[in-house]
Amino acid sequence: MAKRIEVSGLNVYYGDFKAVEDVSMTVEPRSVTAFIGPSGCGKSTFLRTLNRMHEVIPGARVEGKVMLDQQDLYASGVDPVAVRRVVGMVFQRPNPFPTMSIFDNVASGLKLNGVKDRKKLTEVVERSLHGANLWNEVKDRLDKPGAGLSGGQQQRLCIARAIAVEPEVILMDEPCSALDPISTLAIEDLIEKLKDQFTVVIVTHNMQQAARVSDQTAFFNLAATGKPGRLIEMAPTKQIFSNPTEKATEDYITGRFG
Amino acid sequence: MTAITENKPAYDGQALDLTGKSGARAFKNTLATVLIVLAFLIAMIPLLWILGTVISKGYHLLLNADWWSQSQRGITVRRQGGGAYHAIMGTLIMSLITALIAVPIAVLGAVYLVEYGKGTRAARVVSFMIDILTGVPSIVAALFIYAVWITIFGFNRVGFAVSLSLVLLMLPVVLRSTEEMLKLVPDELREASYALGVPKWKTIMKVVVPTAFGGIVTGVMLGLARVMGETAPLLILVGYSKNINLNPFNGFMGALPTMINQDRTELALQPAADRVWAAALTLILLVLVLNVLARLVARFSAIKSK
Repeated sequence: MAKRIEVSGLNVYYGDFKAVEDVSMTVEPRSVTAFIGPSGCGKSTFLRTLNRMHEVIPGARVEGKVMLDQQDLYASGVDPVAVRRVVGMVFQRPNPFPTMSIFDNVASGLKLNGVKDRKKLTEVVERSLHGANLWNEVKDRLDKPGAGLSGGQQQRLCIARAIAVEPEVILMDEPCSALDPISTLAIEDLIEKLKDQFTVVIVTHNMQQAARVSDQTAFFNLAATGKPGRLIEMAPTKQIFSNPTEKATEDYITGRFG
Repeated sequence: MTAITENKPAYDGQALDLTGKSGARAFKNTLATVLIVLAFLIAMIPLLWILGTVISKGYHLLLNADWWSQSQRGITVRRQGGGAYHAIMGTLIMSLITALIAVPIAVLGAVYLVEYGKGTRAARVVSFMIDILTGVPSIVAALFIYAVWITIFGFNRVGFAVSLSLVLLMLPVVLRSTEEMLKLVPDELREASYALGVPKWKTIMKVVVPTAFGGIVTGVMLGLARVMGETAPLLILVGYSKNINLNPFNGFMGALPTMINQDRTELALQPAADRVWAAALTLILLVLVLNVLARLVARFSAIKSK
């Protein structure tokens, strides 16, 4: 699994407001790409266009191309539901389904899409929980509610839920911002492991985190409030943090800005 | 650096006075507490009074097995005996039919308003109409159904016509409460489901509605409690029968509110007065039992934590 994402000339609008302008980038398969930048620079908005989640918001629309290997995600006839089956997402706040047990949460993607085979579900749940480094903590209470876990465990449960449907790409929107340092470490370890199989894109406000987990880093910025966000620079993480080309990037990562 | 506050030494090591409450604030606090407790007590007085009166005057007939198994067939206001079986069944049958019609329409309507129509003109119009419908008195609903069912179609006065008019009363209550409950479901859960590649309709059915289920059930119970006690539609759309009639499409039917109304005119006579209180208590118990049942249903399928 894992696919390459190639974005070219992407603009994102909310109604008449242009939120993101002219982003072009390539996200390599089986690697971790981090998006950094100040609040409101459009990195989360851009992330959501990679699995068409922005369409949940009325009035949001996109110009440009997002290619997942040979397939344009915005070609006519492409079903956003099908897109999201191959491009999964993990959110800022852990959001397990409150009516479901741990087992059902992980199995939900398959169950809700019609898989009933109990043996297959059990297999997938176990594999996904192993994959999310959560199996040992929950193996004795799979029938307990997912909402009863700690914040960090819930977030790993959400990751297990996302990988259970075997996507090609996993998008993570500030997955650690609601977690304590130890849970954050657990997620970061997990991200390291996930890139063996998936293309991982992570939005983070934590630059150390970007430096720790990512192979490529993209820096987004906006000229002023009310102006659209732009991709300023994208390069291997080492280079971004040691020798950025753009002055704005340097200012941001050294803390002279934002 | 300039001082931020005036006349304050940077550090003096003195203990601060944190005892707080000034006299006036303590007084206001006490006053507000007293007023709130008083308001609560005043609200409780009529409730306890009604419950106390109804229970003390009505309970003894309910202890009699006949009350739950016999009708009032052949029993006049002067005579003791008989039961409320015909009225209990009538109330249950008509309420059940009402719920069967009103709940699906109300829940689906609320799903439309919250999940599909949000912010559209159609949704605003529907929402406004529902608000108006909430304020429609039961007698208006009853006369409307009378005009349609009897005047236009020429059918007879039957239990089903009562159910139809009760639908008009139950629908806005259930729709409004379901709408509020669906709004409380966080968007994050919807997004989590979409991100798994689950289509919208399935997200609503399997994630949104189950999450709001407990609240929806409560709304249904509120609606049911309202319609079970309605009297005007019964008076207008079906005659009171002392006999057992379980067919909502044929003949007059007994119901608890009309049973109370029947004996109400002869309150000077002890047997009639006893039956009035007993029927009132039965109606309260019926609503109570349905509430408990609904809560059990909600508990087994509601949000789990810990």
